This record gives sequence, C-alpha cells and structure tokens, in this order.
Amino acid sequence: MSKQSATVETSYREALKEAIREAMTRDERVFLMGEDVGHYGGCYAVSKGLLAEFGPERIRDTPLSESAFVGAGIGAALGGMRPIVEVMTVNFSLLALDQIMNNAATIRHMSGGQFNVPLVIRMATGAGKQLAAQHAHSLEGWYAHIPGIRILAPATLEDARGMLWPALLDPDPVLIFENNTLYNLEGTLPENAVAVDIDKAKVMHTGNDLTIISYSASLFKCLDAAKALSREGVEAEVIDLRTLRPLDDATYLASIAKTHRALIVDEGWRSGGISAEISARIMEQAFYELDIPVERVCSAEVPIPYARHLEEAALPQVDTIIAAAKRMVSHG
Amino acid sequence: MNSTIDREHAIDQLRMMLLIRRFEEKSAELYSASKIRGFLHLYIGEEAVAVGVMASLAPEDGVVATYREHGQALARGVSANRIMAEMYGKQEGCSRGRGGSMHIFDAATRFYGGNAIVAGGIPLAVGLALAEMMRGCNTVTCCFFGDGAVAEGYFHESMNLAALWKLPVLFLCENNLYAMGTAIRYTQAAPDIAAKGAAYGMKATAVDGMDVVAVEGAARAAADHIRKGNGPYLLECRTYRFRPHSMFDTELYRTRDEVNQWKKRDPIDLLARRLYDTGGFNDQDMDVLEQSVAVEVEAAVAFAEAGTLEPVEDLTRFVNSERSDA
Ligand SMILES: Cc1ncc(C[n+]2csc(CCOP(=O)(O)OP(=O)(O)O)c2C)c(N)n1
Ligand SMILES: [Mg+2]
Repeated sequence: MSKQSATVETSYREALKEAIREAMTRDERVFLMGEDVGHYGGCYAVSKGLLAEFGPERIRDTPLSESAFVGAGIGAALGGMRPIVEVMTVNFSLLALDQIMNNAATIRHMSGGQFNVPLVIRMATGAGKQLAAQHAHSLEGWYAHIPGIRILAPATLEDARGMLWPALLDPDPVLIFENNTLYNLEGTLPENAVAVDIDKAKVMHTGNDLTIISYSASLFKCLDAAKALSREGVEAEVIDLRTLRPLDDATYLASIAKTHRALIVDEGWRSGGISAEISARIMEQAFYELDIPVERVCSAEVPIPYARHLEEAALPQVDTIIAAAKRMVSHG
Repeated sequence: MNSTIDREHAIDQLRMMLLIRRFEEKSAELYSASKIRGFLHLYIGEEAVAVGVMASLAPEDGVVATYREHGQALARGVSANRIMAEMYGKQEGCSRGRGGSMHIFDAATRFYGGNAIVAGGIPLAVGLALAEMMRGCNTVTCCFFGDGAVAEGYFHESMNLAALWKLPVLFLCENNLYAMGTAIRYTQAAPDIAAKGAAYGMKATAVDGMDVVAVEGAARAAADHIRKGNGPYLLECRTYRFRPHSMFDTELYRTRDEVNQWKKRDPIDLLARRLYDTGGFNDQDMDVLEQSVAVEVEAAVAFAEAGTLEPVEDLTRFVNSERSDA
C-alpha cells in the first residue's frame, strides 16, 4: 500500500490561511483585499500575519466600501490580476450584490466571450453565534441562483485548504462561503495537502436506508445524526454537496438510486432555497426511484433572532434531522 | 457654568455619562460570564457625544443609531432595564430579545434602532426626515454613524439626497479614528470628514467629542439650523473608544500608549474637573452620583435576570404584521 504521508494538526482557519499563503507564493498576480484583512488580521483572523509576510501591496486593507472594493476586484481580475476579495460576511456582501450580479457574473457573456473575470470572493456565512438578523444569514443558496459564477461551500479542513487554488485557476468568478461556526474546527491534514476537486459532491458516510444531502456546517449535524441513527439500525448515506453551483447531480442521484429516500438539510430558508432546487432536480431526474416524497430540514422562515433559544429553534438541529430521517424510514 | 440651571444640567450630563460608563462596564462583565452573547460593542470613552447630542433633541425628534448604541439609547432615555433585558435575550427587552446589543429599538423615544450594517441607517434617516417634512412636522432626525461609515456609498448618496431636498437631518459622525482595526489614515484620502459635508452643499462643523459641553453647544447650533428650515447639517464629533472594537478584538492595530494619551481626556473626568473647579461640587457629590448610578445598573441587571424567555412557539411572530398590529 502507499506510504502514509506525515500529517499536521491544523484548523479550518489555519487551513484557509495556508491556502492563501500558497496561492500568493505560487502566483504573483494573487493578492488579498478587504476590510481589516491587514492591520487587524482579518475579522475571523484568517489573514493574521500575512501583512507582515507579504506587505501592504498584496494584503490590502480597504475602506468600508463593499461595492467599490468588490467592483475593484472585478476590474483587477479583468486587468490581469488574480484577486482574492474578502467580504466580512454574506450580509454585507449585499452592499456589493450589484457588482457581483451585474458585473462579475455577466461580463463574459455580455462581451460575447471577449472578457472574463478570474476573481475569487471569500465570505463568512451562517448563524449559531447569536449575532442576530444582520449578521447571521445563509444566502449562498441565493448566490447559487446566478449563472456565470461558481459557488463553493467548504465544510472540511481538506476543502478549506484545497478549494482556493482551483478557484483561482477558474477563469470565471468563484464565491467561497465559509460558515462562521467552522473557523475553529480542528483536525489533521496531510502535510502536503493539495488542491481538491471542485466539481464533485462527496459521500461522507455510507448507508442504504436514506440519503441525506447537505453542505457546510449543517454537514456535521447530519453526520452526527447519521451516527445516532446507525445505533438504532438506520443507515443513512450523507452527502456533502461542496459545490452549490454547478450542482453535482450525479452523486446524490446515484445515492438515491440505492436508498430511495432523500432528505435535504440546509441552513438557508426553505422557500425558494437551494433545497427547493435540489428537490426539484430529484423530482425531474429520479422520481421513479423514490419510495416516499423528498423531505427538507431548513431554517425557520424568520430573520435569525438573537436570543439563544430562538436562534437554536430557527436552525436545523441534529434532533430535527434524526426525527425527519426516522419518520421517512418508518413510512416506507 | 455659573447659573444654578447650568450647574444642575451639567450634573445631569455627568450622571448620564457615568451611567453609560458603569452600565457598559457591567455589560462587559456579564459578557465574560456568558449572560450576554453575540457581538458587544462598548461606547466607553465616547459618552460625551451621545450625551451632548441628545440634550439638543426634543422628544418628538427621531434617532437612528449604530450597533455601538447603548450610550445613544441610554442618553435618549431608553430604559436601562429594557436594554439590559434585551442583551439577556429576554422578552422584556426593548426588542423582545430578538435583536440583542446591536438592535435596540424603542418606539416611545423614537429610537429607530441600532443598525449593524455599517452606514445602513443613513438612508433610513433621510427617509424619516423626508416623511417628517412632508407631514409638516418641524422635527430633526438625528443619524449616528462612525468614521468608517463615511467610506460607504450610502453616506455619499444620502448626503447628496438630503442636501438636495433640504431635509431636516442631523448627520452625526462619531469619528473615533478607527473602523474596527483600520485607522482612518488607511481608509480616507481626505480625512477631514466635516469638509465632505460642505462638498455636498450642507453646513458642516467638527467639534471636540470628548467635551460634552462643546458637543452640546455644537449640536444645539446644528439642530437650530435644521429647525429653521436650512436643510441638513453634518456634525463631526472627534472622539476615541477606550475599549476594543468588540469583545473579540486583540487590538494589534494601536498602541497602549495611544490609548493612554486619549484616556487623559476622559470625557467624564473633563466634566467632573470642570465642576470641581467652578466650585459647589465635591467628592461627596460625586459619590452620590456613583451610588445612584450603581443602583440603576444593579436594578437593570436584576430586571434582566428576572426576565422571561419568549416561548419558542412565537419564533415566527413579527415576521409579518399580525391582524392586531395593523
Ligand atoms: C456593511 C458592513 N461592513 C462591514 C461590517 C463589519 N464592521 C462592523 S463595525 C465595523 C467598523 C465600523 O467603523 P465605524 O463606522 O468607524 O464605527 P465604530 O465601530 O468605530 O463606532 C465594521 C467593519 C458591517 N457591520 N457592515
Ligand atoms: Mg470608528
């Protein structure tokens, strides 16, 4: 068998930083810009130390001007650079939504293929820290609505480490969503961790009784649920979507062909969300494989509240996932 | 500060600054004890701004606040009890526990919320002022925002609109020299914020934001100007935050020495010293103030502790209007 390579203890945050460091070292055109990425060290400390290492030309603190610096990132990408733009959280990215939607996503098409925008935008997303309704939403599903951009949602350390480089190689804009509850996630990575595939979903836990489709922080709730279900004799197959656009239909459809039951778990809202899209695709492509209707566990249709008990009640939880899974298995 | 009225007013102002200070020191303690969660942004060091400005406003005026708004809310007259309960996530809180520290709302004092989208409240204030003008009310809408917010498009678009339509807005910039960890020298090509107001055709001045008497004077002049129908006014208050940006800030971006230099101009000390110097105010009077403030802060904590959690079944209430709200 192949020799086990050495591993290092790391965290999601460190893995992201290593990825940025690697990209900046490999390609001079790569630079990082955003609010507080330099002197402060990054609002989630992802870029801490990089200013000293790479200098203020390549680790650029920007004013509070999301629209302008995301737009400038698009311009710099058009002009031959490979910018990584950090937006503090998805809620603030809405100030730059016009730039992302009307410029980044459209320029290649509108110009008849003459110009492309090799830009990476990273941002935090998600609830769980009692930050209330202007800091805690999961809008990656919204962004996945937009043709012309790729949407990545790294959940694991491997993906935190390995998605950035292929994202930078992508000739088109890529948005990377980092759930704010994952930054402290710890674990090990091979010392020589490398780029990962950014086209395929991944089976994270195998089982024959039902397929649970999820991504980002919810993935871990699904894995916990799968373990608990397994103790009760229910074997769930858990899939990490990893890429929300373009969706890798084949992986979850193959699983459903085996389990005949599909549960989608999404921290976004149910109405019009990515879970609705996946459900529709299952209906379109695997209707006759299903023993029972597709089910979804999503966030409650409410701006995320501050109070802990209300925030917890608003989000998908291990218990609600287990309950849905059991209901589905017992019904057919 | 010669007449008794002035002296009494100054003591009231001192008490309010002290209340904000002690209320927030307590909040920081409660944060460490995990009673308060989420983001907590303290106003300590900047008390003279809110206290001076609120004195220039009438009850029928409106206020749009930031996420660093405990001081703004207390000085406006929002109950300390209900602010503390809000931070505890209790339904007795001013936003029923749905908002937390960054989203204090209070209809009774026309306090239109802490807003945690930097500059997000500025266009809101423009609209509130437009409504007031269209309804023939002679009020001022006072909009707080930081030096960081000045870089947002919202600021520039709103300044132009308000000046264009001669709207009764008091744009109140709390310039504490930092936006989170980024100093204004790294974010503003032309760091004179008041000058930007002039560029948009509105009257604008800057004032020492550590001196509550100066702030109140400047805010009164600004409010008068607005009430006379002269359109908006930009007042830049030059101040400093003594504490980290939030509870998660390791303050790599500024020196202890810089902070200590500013602490020498502590707004509470400045006013207290002035009162001592003019006579008729001594350590005993100060103790009385400290005690009354301590009682109010303790009462707020007790109120919050005794508060109740909203039932989870109510989670989706207030997403849409209820029949009885309409
Ligand atoms: C649109 C937006 N971008 C970024 C943030 C994150 N953020 C919160 S406070 C802050 C600094 C704001 O500085 P300033 O306006 O000077 O106010 P101060 O905190 O100094 O009172 C930043 C960057 C945010 N809340 N909203
Ligand atoms: Mg500031």
